[in-house]
Amino acid sequence: MNDINYCVGNENISNRPLVPFSEEACGFAAALSAALMGNAEARNYPDVMSFAFWCRKANLLDRRNKWEARGEKRLGRGLVFHIAPSNVPINFAFSFLFSLLAGNANLVRIPSRDFPQVALVCRGINKVLEEYPAIRERTAMVRYAADNAVTEQLSRTADARVIWGGDATVAAIRGCAVKPRCIDLVFADRYSFCVLDGASVEAAEEGKLKKLAEAFYNDTYLMDQNACSSPQIIFWRNASEAAKERFWQAVFAYAKPKYGLQAASCVDKYTKLCQDAADLPQLARGSRIENLAYRAELKALPGDITGLRGTCGYFYEYNLKDYRELLPVLTEKFQTATYFGIDPEELRDFVLREQVRGIDRIVPVGKALDIDAVWDGYDVIGMLSRIVEVR
Amino acid sequence: MEEILDRLLQAPPYSLEKEEKRALYREALSRLTRRHYAACPEYRKILDALGFDAQADYEPEEQPMLPVRLFKEYELLSVPRGEIVKTMTSSGTSGQKVSRIFLDKVNVKNQTRVLTEIISSYIGRKRLPLLILDTRLALRDRSMFSARGAGIVGFSTFGRDTAYALNENMELDLPAVREFLQKHEGESILLFGYTYMIWQYVVCALREAGVSLSIGEGRLFHIGGWKKLKDQAVDSRRYNEAVREVLGNVAVYNYYGMAEQLGSVFVECEHGHMHCSNYSDVIIRRPADFSTSGAGERGLIELISLLPTSYPGHVLLTEDEGEILGEDDCPCGRKGKYFKIHGRIRGAEIRGCSDTYERH
Repeated sequence: MNDINYCVGNENISNRPLVPFSEEACGFAAALSAALMGNAEARNYPDVMSFAFWCRKANLLDRRNKWEARGEKRLGRGLVFHIAPSNVPINFAFSFLFSLLAGNANLVRIPSRDFPQVALVCRGINKVLEEYPAIRERTAMVRYAADNAVTEQLSRTADARVIWGGDATVAAIRGCAVKPRCIDLVFADRYSFCVLDGASVEAAEEGKLKKLAEAFYNDTYLMDQNACSSPQIIFWRNASEAAKERFWQAVFAYAKPKYGLQAASCVDKYTKLCQDAADLPQLARGSRIENLAYRAELKALPGDITGLRGTCGYFYEYNLKDYRELLPVLTEKFQTATYFGIDPEELRDFVLREQVRGIDRIVPVGKALDIDAVWDGYDVIGMLSRIVEVR
Repeated sequence: MEEILDRLLQAPPYSLEKEEKRALYREALSRLTRRHYAACPEYRKILDALGFDAQADYEPEEQPMLPVRLFKEYELLSVPRGEIVKTMTSSGTSGQKVSRIFLDKVNVKNQTRVLTEIISSYIGRKRLPLLILDTRLALRDRSMFSARGAGIVGFSTFGRDTAYALNENMELDLPAVREFLQKHEGESILLFGYTYMIWQYVVCALREAGVSLSIGEGRLFHIGGWKKLKDQAVDSRRYNEAVREVLGNVAVYNYYGMAEQLGSVFVECEHGHMHCSNYSDVIIRRPADFSTSGAGERGLIELISLLPTSYPGHVLLTEDEGEILGEDDCPCGRKGKYFKIHGRIRGAEIRGCSDTYERH
């Protein structure tokens, strides 16, 4: 236990629940939002800003009203232990926030990598906690080197755990002994795709096209295309070669001055294209725009497409004539579908009608990374609270 | 290919001038590309996917590059497996995948012929007493018989009366070294070893012992990475000075080559420039788009060799950075491009959540 470093709070953490959207929790979150918004340094980090924007007072009130419309009486589950991803700076903060709003005390394992965003948010939390003793006694944030023994120790007192991680990590953490009623909310490795309507791309005026390119950039390059909700493959509908070319030129033009392309990524992407050429019989052709955007165009879909993953601007493409072509490949691994120029209801109808096991989110291009209290198909606040029923 | 090589072997190894070399490489590389396209299925699939028509002739800059990493992922052959007489592996650190390079009789022979031409242009054709600045164990231990052991075996053909400077514990065997030097007093000595090992186990050891071997006349050839030396702020000038300080009057030749292209190595001349020979060429590419960099501009090193016939390794994209310093006009008089190596590019740092938590 010696190697646990408490960045916020200490080991004496209360597990007394609060009601969801309590005055204390909302007040604390709104104060944290204000503190971050007012911090000049924080403004350099769009992810910190989007977190601060989410927990601004107006949004919290809106969410509380919607929550209260459910008419349920609930309390938090107690103490929630969060294991945040080590390589995304800000998810720990959202994980903490949603659980806090659900009425829980929170023990959060924050990324061990030295992200300035993490330090910034932790400083903000520490400062604001001084004014919110009820939240302070319910909050701790820790750092420790990946160690199952420590994870097990910290899991012992949890009433719920929120686990972010790849399949192997999740399996290791799930192996820890927990209290009988402890639930795990698992955000495991997922696969996401994008649906673009070629005719709409072709018809889009310059301004709209540029917005699309920017939105696509934010879904992909911004996170090196390595977030679970970043699309790996583009399914084209009604698309001519000209439409595709127009789209990629627009993405290229937007990304070129913005993206910090590393030399190693260029070699990695070129290597990957060669490997796909050798390994993937469905590959029709590979091309690249400079070394910024790699395009691996498929003539057919392999049985499992979740292995088709690129990073730093490496995309698979396929002409999709009918959503039903996806039925053999859609598994519970599938998370987000981003769209442009198609009717999202039609895609949702397909998912429901065909009883598809995957696809939890259908959002416009540009919203892939917008984390919210419904995530991976879970109602996070609902799942992290319990109903107190009277009949 | 054989007749092109035979013709080249008639000439001194640093004699081709720019235009002549370009014309020759245009023809030779296009032939090699066609040969590998016809014989190596993976190579063919890659060229097809890239939309490359192997039947046409191309300028050297337009030839399709294979990333060196592919040799770790695939067994790339352009001859029937039964004709393979030797499989080279790269010296990856433990846990890493190693490259596997498949050589047939022709390839092995050509590597030896070309290496001999290049090295003897520095040391003459007479075999010199050879001191290997390594351990004999590097030959015996199978886990070490990789590029390291092969390098020693390959270099041994240039020497005679070979002795090893390090014992099996990688400690300097000073009595053995002294005995060797005494025996060959007055003769020109040939020395060979790996860049960093020489530094750590010979230079530093001799410095610590306060010993100088005072070799009357010697030539040291060394090969290997500079990363650990750079971390200690040792550049080639300091390295050469330190070597001379502890070994004596020794000319130091650093050379560069990959397991993927043995034979056609690049040797640093007395002016500190790495030289392409008639058998090899270098192109520097800008990472952002793989366009060719001008002289003095840093970029990714593409290595070209005329030798690989049994595997598609004639045009390789490395993960090393370097820059062209000039062509045909080095003060040392050697023709061909000369260049500088800056070392391995840094691995990509990737954001995102797919690889969460930490590896256990």
